Amino acid sequence: MAKELDDLLKQTSEWLRGVGPVSEIVMSSRLRLARNFDKLPFATRSTKVSQAEVLRIAKEGILQAPSMGTPLIFEMAELDEVDRLFLVERHLISREHASRPDHRAVAIGKGEVISIMINEEDHLRVQVMQSGLNLHEAWTLIDTLDDELSEAVPFAYSTDWGYLTCCLTNTGTGLRASVMVHLPALVITKQINKVLHAITKLGLTARGLYGEGTEASGNFFQISNQVSLGRTEEELVENIERILKQVIGHEQSAREGLLAHNRVQLEDRIWRAYGILRHAQTMSSNETLDLLSALRLGVDLGIMTNGSAPGRTPLDRSTVNELLIFSQPAHLQKVEGAKLSAQERDTKRAALIRQRLGVRD
Amino acid sequence: MVCDACKQQQATVHLTEIVNDEMTELHLCEACANQKGAQVESHFGLSDLLGGLAEVGKTQEPEEEVAAKACPSCGMTYEDFRKVGRLGCAECYTTFKRNLATLLKRIHGSPHHLGKSPGRLVKPPKAKLELTELKKRLERAIEMEEFEEAAHLRDQIRELEHQDRTKKKSGE
Ligand SMILES: [Zn+2]
Ligand SMILES: [Zn+2]
Repeated sequence: MAKELDDLLKQTSEWLRGVGPVSEIVMSSRLRLARNFDKLPFATRSTKVSQAEVLRIAKEGILQAPSMGTPLIFEMAELDEVDRLFLVERHLISREHASRPDHRAVAIGKGEVISIMINEEDHLRVQVMQSGLNLHEAWTLIDTLDDELSEAVPFAYSTDWGYLTCCLTNTGTGLRASVMVHLPALVITKQINKVLHAITKLGLTARGLYGEGTEASGNFFQISNQVSLGRTEEELVENIERILKQVIGHEQSAREGLLAHNRVQLEDRIWRAYGILRHAQTMSSNETLDLLSALRLGVDLGIMTNGSAPGRTPLDRSTVNELLIFSQPAHLQKVEGAKLSAQERDTKRAALIRQRLGVRD
Repeated sequence: MVCDACKQQQATVHLTEIVNDEMTELHLCEACANQKGAQVESHFGLSDLLGGLAEVGKTQEPEEEVAAKACPSCGMTYEDFRKVGRLGCAECYTTFKRNLATLLKRIHGSPHHLGKSPGRLVKPPKAKLELTELKKRLERAIEMEEFEEAAHLRDQIRELEHQDRTKKKSGE
């Protein structure tokens, strides 16, 4: 079981490849559907027996769904804490799913594009994750998968209110679209609050991406829809994409402005980040996020590639993306194959970054 | 903008919440938002307040009767729902139908499902939004100062009206 999980460590998730539309600003696009089986109690009123039944039915349906191919299925209770956190860091399960493992499971499709949480707040939480701004393609995938799954067992559904979910905020389509964006230029130029504020006015939510612990880790934001009822799935996807394109436009012009008026300072900031990442001996999780954000901006603006020393492979986006995931606690501990204290992690993190950026100790 | 909770840090997390009929915005720093815990991660604020929001879903029925009404399938009472902000089973939706209709409208702006339905092998024709529904939405968008959305809706309405007119002209 854990052996298969270790195999994930060796592969790169599809969404980390750093390709797809506007991938210089959009890290990933994710859609998730909340679904419950008819005639079985929701999580709030579930029993051990009903949870086991949900698990059984879900597995059966998932194994029959052509979109799933040959999925990896992990029961949470059979994984240790580090393995569960590892799945959280890869965006395959929620923190909530990892925190209470009993009767819970996850099914993971090829390339980690599809994952299905079983017995989370809803019986099924189906997720599709893509690189770049790719919500329409994600919708096509998840729509088909949802049809396949619903053939096995009927979902709780009413013609008035659509799919019935444990929480009223998901009722209807059960759809949540989340897009992770990298907005360093809006942060540097201090326009970020204005932009995020405007987003909330339009019925979307924005939140920062957390680092380890409670401190802020700037520049990465997740933007999602709030409403799931009263609109078609296509409308919901279209709406968030339309608003995101404007956010992207603001970030692009902020980047152009920085290049035009503050190029030296910007390049200095980026090359300093590179210098620290290449040579530091100990590195906290938050510092890593900040520096990798600068490095990514450097790659996205062509600053890093142009400046690489001859003979060295230029830095690419997927290397930076992978570092963002691999520098997180559970990934570090999986790579090391041992539990590490916070201090040990900081040392290993610095070593991993130095190594991946092509510097031998 | 400073954080609404600690009044010290820069607010970077922005949540829109609906409590007792009022839409409020909450601006938090990362630390304070994180204190709200994993809840924020999966629900982005709204559902945390559903317990409080359930107060809004009042009907004409006497208070005690509503609170004590229990779902025949899972046993959850409206009082339970008020406390946890989550429903117990699909049947709860029928049991508390009147209260939930109000809540759903308040959360989503519309209580009608327009999305897909399960188990279709052949996709049914897409539910077309009625002109009246669109106009209602436009009003709401203007009310909430969602001007961009309003502009989008206005375009949709114009297009529909235009289609209607051309249909009439061609004698259909
Ligand atoms: Zn605060
Ligand atoms: Zn019930």
